[in-house]
Amino acid sequence: MNTVERLILMANQIATNLATDNAPVAAVADHIQQFWDPRMKRLIFAHGTDGLSPVAAAAIGRLADAQNGA
Amino acid sequence: MTYQPQKDFGTPESRSNEAVSLTIDGRNVTVPAGTSVMRAAAEQGTSIPKLCATDSVKSYGSCRLCLVEIDGRKGTPASCTTPVEPGMVVHTQTPHLAKLRKGVMELYISDHPLDCLTCAANGDCELQDQAGAVGLRDVRYDVQATHLGQEKDHSNPYFDFDPSKCIACSRCIRACDEVQGTLALTMEGRGWDSKISAGFASDNFMGSECVSCGACVQACPTATLVEKKVVEVGTPERSVVTTCAYCGVGCTFRAEMRGEQLVRMVPYKDGKANRGHSCVKGRFAWGYAQHQERILKPMIRASISDPWREVEWDEAFAYTASELKRISKKYGRNALGGITSSRCTNEETFLVQKLVRAGFGNNNVDTCARVCHSPTGYGLKTTFGTSAGTQDFDSVEDSDVILIIGANPTDGHPVFASRMKRRLRGQDGRPGAKLIVIDPRRTDIVRSPHIEAQHHLPLRPGTNVAVLSAMAHVIVTEGLTDEAFIRERCDWDEYSHWAEFVSQTRNSPENLQPVTLVDAEELRAAARLYATGGNGAIYYGLGVTEHSQGSSTVMAIANLAMATGNIGRRGVGVNPLRGQNNVQGACDMGSFPHELAGYRHISDGDARRLFEDDWGVTLDPEPGLRIPSMLDAAVDGVFKALYCQGEDILQSDPNTAHVSAGLAAMECVIVHDLFLNETANYAHIFLPGSTFLEKNGTFTNAERRIQPVRKVMTPLNGLEDWEVTQRLAQAMGLDWNYSHPSEIMDEIARLTPTFAGVSFARLDEAGSLQWPVTADAPEGSPIMHVDGFVRGKGKFVVTDYVPTDEKTGPRFPLLLTTGRILSQYNVGAQTRRTENVAWHPEDLLEIHPVDAEDRGLKSGDWVKLASRAGETTLRATVTDRVAPGVVYTTFHHAVTQANVVTTDFSDWATNCPEYKVTAVQISASNGPTEWQEEYEALSTRSRRVEAGIPAE
Repeated sequence: MNTVERLILMANQIATNLATDNAPVAAVADHIQQFWDPRMKRLIFAHGTDGLSPVAAAAIGRLADAQNGA
Repeated sequence: MTYQPQKDFGTPESRSNEAVSLTIDGRNVTVPAGTSVMRAAAEQGTSIPKLCATDSVKSYGSCRLCLVEIDGRKGTPASCTTPVEPGMVVHTQTPHLAKLRKGVMELYISDHPLDCLTCAANGDCELQDQAGAVGLRDVRYDVQATHLGQEKDHSNPYFDFDPSKCIACSRCIRACDEVQGTLALTMEGRGWDSKISAGFASDNFMGSECVSCGACVQACPTATLVEKKVVEVGTPERSVVTTCAYCGVGCTFRAEMRGEQLVRMVPYKDGKANRGHSCVKGRFAWGYAQHQERILKPMIRASISDPWREVEWDEAFAYTASELKRISKKYGRNALGGITSSRCTNEETFLVQKLVRAGFGNNNVDTCARVCHSPTGYGLKTTFGTSAGTQDFDSVEDSDVILIIGANPTDGHPVFASRMKRRLRGQDGRPGAKLIVIDPRRTDIVRSPHIEAQHHLPLRPGTNVAVLSAMAHVIVTEGLTDEAFIRERCDWDEYSHWAEFVSQTRNSPENLQPVTLVDAEELRAAARLYATGGNGAIYYGLGVTEHSQGSSTVMAIANLAMATGNIGRRGVGVNPLRGQNNVQGACDMGSFPHELAGYRHISDGDARRLFEDDWGVTLDPEPGLRIPSMLDAAVDGVFKALYCQGEDILQSDPNTAHVSAGLAAMECVIVHDLFLNETANYAHIFLPGSTFLEKNGTFTNAERRIQPVRKVMTPLNGLEDWEVTQRLAQAMGLDWNYSHPSEIMDEIARLTPTFAGVSFARLDEAGSLQWPVTADAPEGSPIMHVDGFVRGKGKFVVTDYVPTDEKTGPRFPLLLTTGRILSQYNVGAQTRRTENVAWHPEDLLEIHPVDAEDRGLKSGDWVKLASRAGETTLRATVTDRVAPGVVYTTFHHAVTQANVVTTDFSDWATNCPEYKVTAVQISASNGPTEWQEEYEALSTRSRRVEAGIPAE
């Protein structure tokens, strides 16, 4: 498993476990923001949404937008 | 300090609040009701002769030496079994008593060898002392029958048993029963034939159920049970109080010394974690400190294919700093990182993370708690507001129901397990606490002498969350919650959301039984017992955290405790049993890449500014890399240098092949350790470390107790570990000038609110302090969340069961779970270099008889253990302790390297590895695997020093 594959696995795992949160997308985004180092974030932003669950993809999209000042 | 044994009051302390005044030898004394006359006398400084009494066990009244006269009473009662009464007038020295005592001593001595001058206990023998105290001058009896001349038992590697010197006082038997709780000893025979026996008469100590805790040796008043080291060296001449460097119990010991030579470690009765008890590791397994394989000189090499070259410290620091600067310049500052150690002191750990944040200029610091209790940090901080167990160890005395999940305390935390067992057995007419064990294996505590769990739930590995959801389902749907507590202390909306979730039929025990394999009725009964049985206390270990849902399980545990009101007072709580000695401390000290000391997130500007102002640097506000992410980044070619203090990631971390690939991809691996460990096979710089006996500092145990570690001998390598880190920082250009670890603690205290009241002076004064130590709690905080949760309202978190991605199938049909054994510690770097190997010379694979028969295996056979990650070989032991479909092994031996087979699946929130669930296949084997052969060749090559002689 390469690093990006591992990050996809991690993001999906986080999304699955936070699925019962009241606001799962925000919870996943907050978790990744708090615990992933900048390079991990950069790699997953650059990767796009392939292989990501809808909640994980939305959360990462939200983080990427925030980083890009969208 | 000149050597003095710790004062022995003869009988245990009374906890009564009622005071009783009496007169002893004309002096008034006031003591708690229930105190014995013997103890009351000792407390006022009067020493009544005694032999069968010692304050670690209940009075027995057999030796007839402690007789006293009491006004108004007939005869001469034994002071050890006579409780004080108001107005009592006691005489301890009268001509009549002197005559009686002399007669008793005469009988004892008539059947005791008179070899005092050559006896190992000469000068430290209570029989000798009491003979002197009663003025015995001759023995009139011409004894024909004696019990002298019996064969000694040398079988235990740490102590000898000489039955000829036994006075049949039974102190050893009672210590084994009452203090340790193993009940391994008994008295065989009668009269002259009376003999202490370990197990059956045919057993010796080593062959019996004795766990070698040493409580019997400590209790023995003669040289009948004596440490081999005392026989070899002689009695100690001074002692220093310090803290054990093994597990998270954090026992306090007196290191008893002759000069700079350690003679023995004696548990300290005033130690608040251990209350005078110890285990085989803490008391006896310290020989590694002087082991011939210890590396005492720094070593460097350009490539891991080169032999090591010994250098002086100055050259080592200059070379290390130049390498780190070179790599930082070439690859950027984020190419560097460090790992702090849960085996090192708070002060050392704090310095390593400071070096990374302030010196390397990033937050790439992590700690070995990543692979054990990081989910505890996440789970308890989320639900309660801080990452810590809620109780002190004494709290267990008030528990009515003890729930153990994913922990094996008799092996992993043996001294606390003894206290737990004492509560489970009941005492003085008080019934024992009830016990629930949730564990795939039938651990020893499930059924042991006078203890039997009311409920053992042998769940399928990986289904903790499902079992806890089912328990919550029962508690909520049967109306067993503590609504008043929840309404007052927790967020009601969050509770309602959680209660609605767990009440769903899909979370019922019956519905989940096919998943968990736990009988639904048994689970319902366990849930009812926990919720309604009085004070309920949960103790958990790595069987909770080391799963893909480790953090969820911790939160599910916290939910159960809040729902039943089992938080905020003695006897209850949520108690993580920490693996290593300073896991709690390493986490407290800001070792995680996302937070500063005191669990403040690195993105918190106010917290960051505090450190920036103190250190005179700018800190990166983004979290750094966790250990697994460091290894990924290394394989990707962007992480190039690692400073690893006191941890052996190659052996302890999962998926060894991935760890070795990461290490091999780095240009500068610095290992700071006692031995050339497995990680050092991939290291370019080796900085020799110091043992806990050679340095000053503090450890923080599982109950948040900060305890002093005191230097009792000069470091053999020349420097304490904090000095090594400081010298490296100085070589990197940092202006650090600590002259003593107390100055590091002062810095921790001024930067960490929960440590505000901690200093070495305060610790010396109090003995130990449990954080938070603040202006509001200057004496520390034995119980947390008493009036409210640290986060304000307790937070219920919905934890839905998510099956692990690690699946069994036709190729890998069994589930492997890993764990620890009493005599070995972690990766075994220390205990494998002691006589403890006598108990556990190799890792064994436990397999159920059905699974063994299917494969044609029997105990002792070599088997191949294969998973999707790798394969290794070891020997099998066939036992029904594990369920069909489950196999178990330990990871103490580098030769086995159980982590070759563990995968890199991990906890969703913290990346704590899923050590406890690996799909495997077992088959007969006729030799080591290719990996084992290649790794052995690599180790031999890698451990060469310049002369060509292997260092290990």
